[in-house]
Amino acid sequence: MNRLKVAAMVSVGSHPASGRPCRAPLDARAVEMGLGLDGAELQMVHAGDPDNPALRDYLGMGLPTLTVLQQPAQGDSIPALLQWARREQPELLLLGCRANGGEDSGMAPFLLAQALGYAVVVDAVQIEVRDRELEIVQALPRGQRRLIRAELPCVVAVGAAAPAPRQSAYGPARRGRIAIEPVEPAVDIEAMHWEIQPARKRPKRLKVVKAKTAAERFMAATAVQGGGKTVRGVSPTEAARVIYDYLKEEELVTR
Amino acid sequence: MSDSQRPTRKRLDPRETELGQVGNSDRRRINRGQPQPIATAKRAGQRVRRDPRAERSISAGSAGRQRVSLRGLVTTGAETITTSVETGPRMVRIDEPAFLVSVVPDAPSGRLTGHDRDLLGVARSLADAGGGAVLMILFGPLKDDPGAAGADRVMTFEGPGFAGYAPELRSAAVIDAAAQTASRHLLFPDSAEGGGELGRRVAAQLGERPATGAWRVDPERTTCRIAAGKQDQVRPTPRVLLVAAEAADPVSDALYEARPLPTPEVVGAVLLEDGGRIAVDPDDVALAEAEFIVSAGNGVQDWDSFHQLATRLGAAEAGSRVVVDAGFIPRFRQVGATGTLVTARGYLAFGISGAPQHLQGITQCDHVIAVNTELGCDMMKRASLSVVGDAQAIMPELIRLVEVEGEQA
Ligand SMILES: Cc1cc2nc3c(=O)[nH]c(=O)nc-3n(C[C@H](O)[C@H](O)[C@H](O)COP(=O)(O)OP(=O)(O)OC[C@H]3O[C@@H](n4cnc5c(N)ncnc54)[C@H](O)[C@@H]3O)c2cc1C
Ligand SMILES: Nc1ncnc2c1ncn2[C@@H]1O[C@H](COP(=O)(O)O)[C@@H](O)[C@H]1O
Repeated sequence: MNRLKVAAMVSVGSHPASGRPCRAPLDARAVEMGLGLDGAELQMVHAGDPDNPALRDYLGMGLPTLTVLQQPAQGDSIPALLQWARREQPELLLLGCRANGGEDSGMAPFLLAQALGYAVVVDAVQIEVRDRELEIVQALPRGQRRLIRAELPCVVAVGAAAPAPRQSAYGPARRGRIAIEPVEPAVDIEAMHWEIQPARKRPKRLKVVKAKTAAERFMAATAVQGGGKTVRGVSPTEAARVIYDYLKEEELVTR
Repeated sequence: MSDSQRPTRKRLDPRETELGQVGNSDRRRINRGQPQPIATAKRAGQRVRRDPRAERSISAGSAGRQRVSLRGLVTTGAETITTSVETGPRMVRIDEPAFLVSVVPDAPSGRLTGHDRDLLGVARSLADAGGGAVLMILFGPLKDDPGAAGADRVMTFEGPGFAGYAPELRSAAVIDAAAQTASRHLLFPDSAEGGGELGRRVAAQLGERPATGAWRVDPERTTCRIAAGKQDQVRPTPRVLLVAAEAADPVSDALYEARPLPTPEVVGAVLLEDGGRIAVDPDDVALAEAEFIVSAGNGVQDWDSFHQLATRLGAAEAGSRVVVDAGFIPRFRQVGATGTLVTARGYLAFGISGAPQHLQGITQCDHVIAVNTELGCDMMKRASLSVVGDAQAIMPELIRLVEVEGEQA
């Protein structure tokens, strides 16, 4: 039987403290997810500068080779990745939900899926492949989870709630091979005219408080809504009903 | 109380000044509130047109209920209510907008989030700068007032295909709606509630390069946070924008028309199947992240019922410092200034007085329900629903009700 062709697309992140190039946290999780797929043939690919030291960190996760589509670091990586995917035909593309250190727009999974005609799922934390069926667990806010079924081919973007990646080991990182493939340079002309500045501090929102006393001001600062409905003089049974109906109305209980 | 009678310093509210200016200078807005105060007109019997919305809001105001707060006012101090009784919220109607700005709020469970309201603030500023109007695109009914949030037009897609997790059909719908209305901009909250995903899908499908994480937006330029938060990118404002929270203030003091528009027929390829929510043990989720919390204070004695109720409701357990100190609830489940700041959508509090240190922990909660024997305690002032009663009596009744209803379902 043919093995499932899987590609993990990895970008270069910047270390939160030192700012030095390193694995992008979500991309490392994407590689981890790929390594955990039974019977899959996993490739890693990066579009950018093959000499970037951070690429070795990905090799340190165990795969012998990382393919680099050589282009200037500032270039638009999508055309190169797309060209590569069209040629290699991986059926499952694993990406990070967003890069970390570039434009970080999180558009890559959607752009690739759109161009290739693949389905796309984001914020994945777990995947299972059976025949050509995919079962993907998606992270929702507040620790909730959703099951999504899809068919191959598919782009899966891995979220921050996915299992942490293994450490990068020094030996494999050094021994691993970086396979360079030249691609036609794609310059991001549009973005060349955009201004990049050091991050400005975002102004803190000032609340307009029309309160007269300190107590009122405090309530205004702590209360988002306040001044709700009050129910009194009812039996415990009726009180329970009021609460239950409210919970149902606001979909806090689903039954 | 003596406090409220004490004379206070006059304060200038910059928002009111600003709004006044906009109202006078903008040709396209029909400001029925100021030249002809609705309340006065009503008394004098001079009103020509009936305006059920204004009447509704006036009657709510004069009945002393604090419905005004739902109109987006930050607080409901006496001043505010008086003002609104005299003039009503500023009514705005835009009949022939120069263009439309479409907004797709998350509105989980049919409620606008704070992020959604901020987004509408951005949409208003883009629309008002050029005589445009705001179109709100919804999937399923909204429990909030779209007009009060800033929508001139509303398009609601309904039907089973749009329910649950349906990002593919929803993006097709948004694209159709934007095409039908020739929307100049398409705005999404850059959120994890679905807006971040939907906006990116739409942008990819339209071949537009969106602004993501946009935190300052005007008709010409948009600033986005990039490079792992270390840099800002300033670019011409694009057609599709994914906007960060607090990029603008929510709409307040004005009521827009929210005229319903017909929805286009939507066809789109659906490759994904929603397999539904996966049951998550609420105790496995960090308290700060929990969706729904049942919390106990000094007024709770029946701990068996408390634990049973939390289990039945599928809610995470928490408590005030008093019950944590007493050892009924573990320390890591304490809510408040010296405990956890929670973000739950729902917070059901039994026998908690609402001390400032406790309330500081629940500022982010949308729905606070207070059960307390003491009418008017501070927890009730914070709550959206308050029930005066004995926690020990109500908890078992609620357990019974959840069991009965659960069997029927
Ligand atoms: C520096 C500092 C930090 C603090 N940090 C925190 C913090 O992080 N979190 C926190 O919670 N507290 C904190 N506190 C303590 C806080 O000030 C309050 O003392 C505490 O929150 C009160 O807890 P409570 O509401 O459970 O108890 P109480 O204030 O005793 O209130 C009990 C409530 O239960 C009601 N009640 C009584 N019987 C019943 C019944 N049968 N049915 C229903 N209701 C009933 C009463 O009417 C009352 O409102 C802090 C205090 C300080 C000084
Ligand atoms: N230059 C690149 N080479 C390979 N993969 C990339 C590159 N840039 C982005 N990606 C992938 O696309 C994801 C989203 O990136 P972005 O859309 O730039 O935020 C990243 O997490 C990577 O998985």
